[in-house]
Amino acid sequence: MTMTTSSTSTTTTRTSGSRLGYRFNVIGIIGLSVILCWALVAIFAPLIIPYPVGEIVDLDYFGPMSSDFWLGSDYLGRDMLSRILMGARYTVGISLAAVTIACFSGVVLGMIAAVAGGWLDTLLSRFLDALNSIPSKLFGLVVVAAVGSSIPVLILTLSVIYIPGAYRFARALAVNINAMDFITVARIRGESTLYLIRSEILPNIAGPVLADLGIRFVFIVLLLSGLSFLGLGVQPPYADWGALVRENIGGLPFGAPAVIFPSLAIASLTISVNLLIDNLPQKIRDRA
Amino acid sequence: MANLVEIRDLKVEATTDSGRRVEIIKGISLDIADGEIVALIGESGSGKTTIALTLMGYARPGCRISGGSVSVAGKNMVALSEKERARVRGTEVAYVPQSAAAAFNPAATIMDQVIEITRIHHLMSPDEARAKAVDLFRALSLPEPETIGTRYPHQVSGGQLQRLSAAMALIGDPKLVIFDEPTTALDVTTQIEVLRAFKSVMKAGGISGVYVSHDLAVVAQIADRIVVLKGGEMQETGTTEEILSDAKHPYTRELLDAFEPKPRGAVGAAEPAPAPLLKIDTLVAGYGPRQADGLPLVRAVKQVSLKVEKGRNLGIIGESGCGKSTLARAIAGILPAVAGNIAFEGRELGRSARERSREQLREMQIVFQYADTALNPAKSIEDILDRPLAFYHGMDRRARSARIDDLLDMVRLPRNLRHRRPSELSGGQKQRVNFARALAAEPKLILCDEITSALDTVVAAAIIDLLKELQRELGLSYVFISHDLSTVQAICDEVVVMYAGEKVEQLASSELASGAKHPYSKLLFDSVPKLDTGWLDGLDQRPDLTRAFSKTG
Repeated sequence: MTMTTSSTSTTTTRTSGSRLGYRFNVIGIIGLSVILCWALVAIFAPLIIPYPVGEIVDLDYFGPMSSDFWLGSDYLGRDMLSRILMGARYTVGISLAAVTIACFSGVVLGMIAAVAGGWLDTLLSRFLDALNSIPSKLFGLVVVAAVGSSIPVLILTLSVIYIPGAYRFARALAVNINAMDFITVARIRGESTLYLIRSEILPNIAGPVLADLGIRFVFIVLLLSGLSFLGLGVQPPYADWGALVRENIGGLPFGAPAVIFPSLAIASLTISVNLLIDNLPQKIRDRA
Repeated sequence: MANLVEIRDLKVEATTDSGRRVEIIKGISLDIADGEIVALIGESGSGKTTIALTLMGYARPGCRISGGSVSVAGKNMVALSEKERARVRGTEVAYVPQSAAAAFNPAATIMDQVIEITRIHHLMSPDEARAKAVDLFRALSLPEPETIGTRYPHQVSGGQLQRLSAAMALIGDPKLVIFDEPTTALDVTTQIEVLRAFKSVMKAGGISGVYVSHDLAVVAQIADRIVVLKGGEMQETGTTEEILSDAKHPYTRELLDAFEPKPRGAVGAAEPAPAPLLKIDTLVAGYGPRQADGLPLVRAVKQVSLKVEKGRNLGIIGESGCGKSTLARAIAGILPAVAGNIAFEGRELGRSARERSREQLREMQIVFQYADTALNPAKSIEDILDRPLAFYHGMDRRARSARIDDLLDMVRLPRNLRHRRPSELSGGQKQRVNFARALAAEPKLILCDEITSALDTVVAAAIIDLLKELQRELGLSYVFISHDLSTVQAICDEVVVMYAGEKVEQLASSELASGAKHPYSKLLFDSVPKLDTGWLDGLDQRPDLTRAFSKTG
């Protein structure tokens, strides 16, 4: 009996990691590995770049791919590969910091609103709805134009823009969980709000919240690239991927690799994150 | 002539999420003659619905008919193509689902949905279909048969909707109708009317039926033959009389025994105590905004007073919507009462749980009906039982771990279950964990809100036995809320009958059947099905009384 079942399970489903009690399909693994690659690049960028980021090294501008400059050179003749590798720090780093702040504050506030209810819920919801009604790009533009662009300002601006969405999402999930009997049981046991949100609600909404975090990460990467494209993101000589596209947009008529490759880098990261969150590892419940 | 239905060596298998195949129906053979009603009976997970669905050539997602044949009126449903099966469904085989409320589309009128089958299969013109539907409504003794079809599903009661779904099934003149637990979700008083309607229509049309249920008493009223299932295998089959009077198989015996729980033995007089354990005085609770007189818009509990002595059990019985669960919630402080007093051991309790001390909360625990929603699905059993121990008793880690073992022993669960999550347990096991969590607080009083209603008869009987045993050992008191008279009778000393938010009558459990004075109590006690095939036909209920107390409109 056990012989036959184990052989059917390996032939009928394409899974890996099922020995750990989790099912993780191939597409999810691909997504995760691309993200991990970019994360490693971001961490070790200064060690692996072939040329300094700000230095003009090519005699030509919008140079083609060659053995010296693997991804060609930009509009000033700087090495594109180095600039993309360094750009990963800003794109991945700023976005990650912003998405962490946005989702953490949004989810905590959302759960508190759902559990506490009443005037606190009303107040929070209306305030964040008001924030939500401001167009995100315009909000970013105004703040950065007023305060000036620096990395902390960018991180804070991006997170403030995405807090209302995370809040709404978490509150909607938490309200459903809050109506369950086990919450009532905990309440009449005399538990505090902190215990309710941490131990009773959070474990039940963690899955969707993580998926939401993935989507929000993608939005933030795109918004950051958009801001940089408008010249309000990371300031020269450093550049994130969006800024790289903007400064090299003049090379588009020549089909220069300098504009193609940063675009591909953005696409690879955002698509991988989406693939991963759609194919998160799932726990196998059938342990027989 | 061959039988209408011939099932031969039917096998159904399911694929689990790790790709493992499990055989859930293990070779069933079954015949149904023309005009015969066969009941499939067994606990949940015994495969009764799966077998019934194969009669339409259908297997639920993830399941597959892997062997054998199901022949209905000469056609082998297993071998037919999906298109041919679609043609047979509704015209030769029809299905009445468990929850009619979920089966009707809330956005279309009842008539449109009832005659949909004739439109899909081009059986007759819409006008003829409507006329036929009205005849069926009349035959099923629905009120206002001419106009009920113009209503929407939310405008009729649950019992009426269940009869309307039968009309939907019967309009295509099927040879076989599958009833999938059609009365399980209904009150006893409503159940009778629905059963009566089904029975008369089926007999008049000479239609064969398959009746899926876990309630032996209901089945006894309607079926000619009973098939007892367990674990996907047939345990016993025989005519209804044979099964009821002379069951051979131990599982069938268990089912029969579970139906009549041993009544609670006489308990000596309550110990003289200065004050009753729980005393409620003219309690009012409800929902909605406060009105000018300070009372809520909908008063679910109106001026109820009752008393529970230490070591005694009080039953609260009534149909759904009578306010019995609201009463429990008001006592526990979940829904603060708007008027009246709650006293525990002579001390006044705050109306809301927030106003009560941790010690007061500990002494009175509540156990909910649905263990599925009362246990946090993301936590292990260990974590669930651990929290009250740490919260109320402040035990250290080792003491808690030992106590969890004790608690699991107390509710008769194996100790290695502690690492599992609620979703990995059966319904009965979950309810035991639910109860163990209440015991962890070491309470004096446990409010049990319909704790056995979602369980099978056999499992429910085991839970009741457990409650009695724990009471002997720990000196607990229970307030036991249920709509099931036999369970209440099995465990309680006194029974309060509630109707429309008011306490109608209070009786000792021994004199329930004989001593009831109020007409509603009488109707309620008469409506509980008996294990006797002639009970429904012999029942002489005054229709005016039934109508007066049923919420049909």
